[in-house]
Amino acid sequence: MSVKYLKETASQTAGPYVHIGLAPHQAGFDIFQNNFDNNLVSATTRGAQIIIEGRVFDGSGSLVRDALIEAWQANADGRYNHPGDRQKTGSVDPNFRGWGRACTDFESGIYRFYTVKPGCVAGREGKVQAPHINLWIVARGINMGLNTRIYFADEEKANESDPILRGIELKKRRDTLIAKPSQKDGKTIYTFDIVLQGENETVFFDV
Amino acid sequence: MNDLVSSVPPAFLKDGANPYPELYRRDYAAQSPAYAPIYKTSVLRSPRNALLSIDHSVSETTGPMFGQNELGMLDNDLILNYAKDGEAIGPRIIVHGYILDENGRGLPNTLVEFWQANAGGRYRHKNDTYLAPIDPNFGGCGRTLTDENGYYYFRTIRPGAYPWRNYVNSWRPAHIHFSLFGNAFAQRLITQMYFEGDPLIKVCPIIKTIPDEEAIQRLIAPLDLNASVPDDTMAYRFDMVLRGRRSTLFENRLEGN
Repeated sequence: MSVKYLKETASQTAGPYVHIGLAPHQAGFDIFQNNFDNNLVSATTRGAQIIIEGRVFDGSGSLVRDALIEAWQANADGRYNHPGDRQKTGSVDPNFRGWGRACTDFESGIYRFYTVKPGCVAGREGKVQAPHINLWIVARGINMGLNTRIYFADEEKANESDPILRGIELKKRRDTLIAKPSQKDGKTIYTFDIVLQGENETVFFDV
Repeated sequence: MNDLVSSVPPAFLKDGANPYPELYRRDYAAQSPAYAPIYKTSVLRSPRNALLSIDHSVSETTGPMFGQNELGMLDNDLILNYAKDGEAIGPRIIVHGYILDENGRGLPNTLVEFWQANAGGRYRHKNDTYLAPIDPNFGGCGRTLTDENGYYYFRTIRPGAYPWRNYVNSWRPAHIHFSLFGNAFAQRLITQMYFEGDPLIKVCPIIKTIPDEEAIQRLIAPLDLNASVPDDTMAYRFDMVLRGRRSTLFENRLEGN
């Protein structure tokens, strides 16, 4: 006899109309007073404000224009706004939940997050994880949300010792998780494209 | 926060120990594979490389929290939350149930979001071109937080079936989409609820991507006459399960922020 647990509910695709429920403005109407969106910051959020920008591609190299992406990240101190974060250093920023959701644009296919650059986060067994943003991607044709992470190209040293990046055998695949910075109108933009399938396919995690 | 730390057995706090109770590993045998050719859109949108299995850190075992103050009074009433000059048209229903984890415990204060087509099978979405009419008084989305026992409920109209381009003559069974958070980002889940007795369920390619018949049955909400409001609204019961944690030390500490 094995121990009886309940079974996780089966995932189903978010479908083409995911925007109705999770981003009604993009579906084309206004219903909620308070909308969840792609802006994670306010004027008082601590840390360096950045923009994450990218596109999502399918196995034919075509833009996926109906994807929804959620970001979950630590603040500039490397702390998550959640009581389960028991790190001893830094502190929670009350002006930063660390979560947001963005949609790829129906025309351009571009998604964006307005956020702060996260700090290093404790890993297992005393290791340190390089600054990263956790992503979850759903869309029509994706049966179960895909998990990946954004790392930052200008954190070379931290990336080198990051336990997750080190666990990716091929450098070419590791590079799919590295966002590259650029400057535009005095703002720092990190570009992070997501490739669902094929050459340069993004590394996705079984979390 | 300090309370929480002091309640944790020393093993969890030692250097090198796990920072926080992990989630149980996902049972992929009861989940759709990414590549499922009967659902044609999955063919080009499914990764070909194996997923990289990672041990959980604080990045996976924590997740966003939400408060009641972020929701509106009518957010869980789809009959009224987009009403302009009348109420939404269609069979009035209540959908209710528990969000549990694999240990059978209710997940309190967790955000549940839902969306659906109207009674004619038409979505209020700029990309939906089905000929069935838009209902001017129906938005088709809502959200709520579970109570301290993981219980949720909302009121809506029963959605209609609609055609979609997979095979010629493919029709989606009536369904409501659900988005669930739990209390860790690794629990994040989107699923769909179906209605007991719908003959389209057994021919739906999207449902058939699930390789486990019992898992399919768990997506079908039974009629719940006990929860129905006589002369007013029928009820359907739909419980959902998110991944469990190795420890329940954290229970009752997930207040909204």
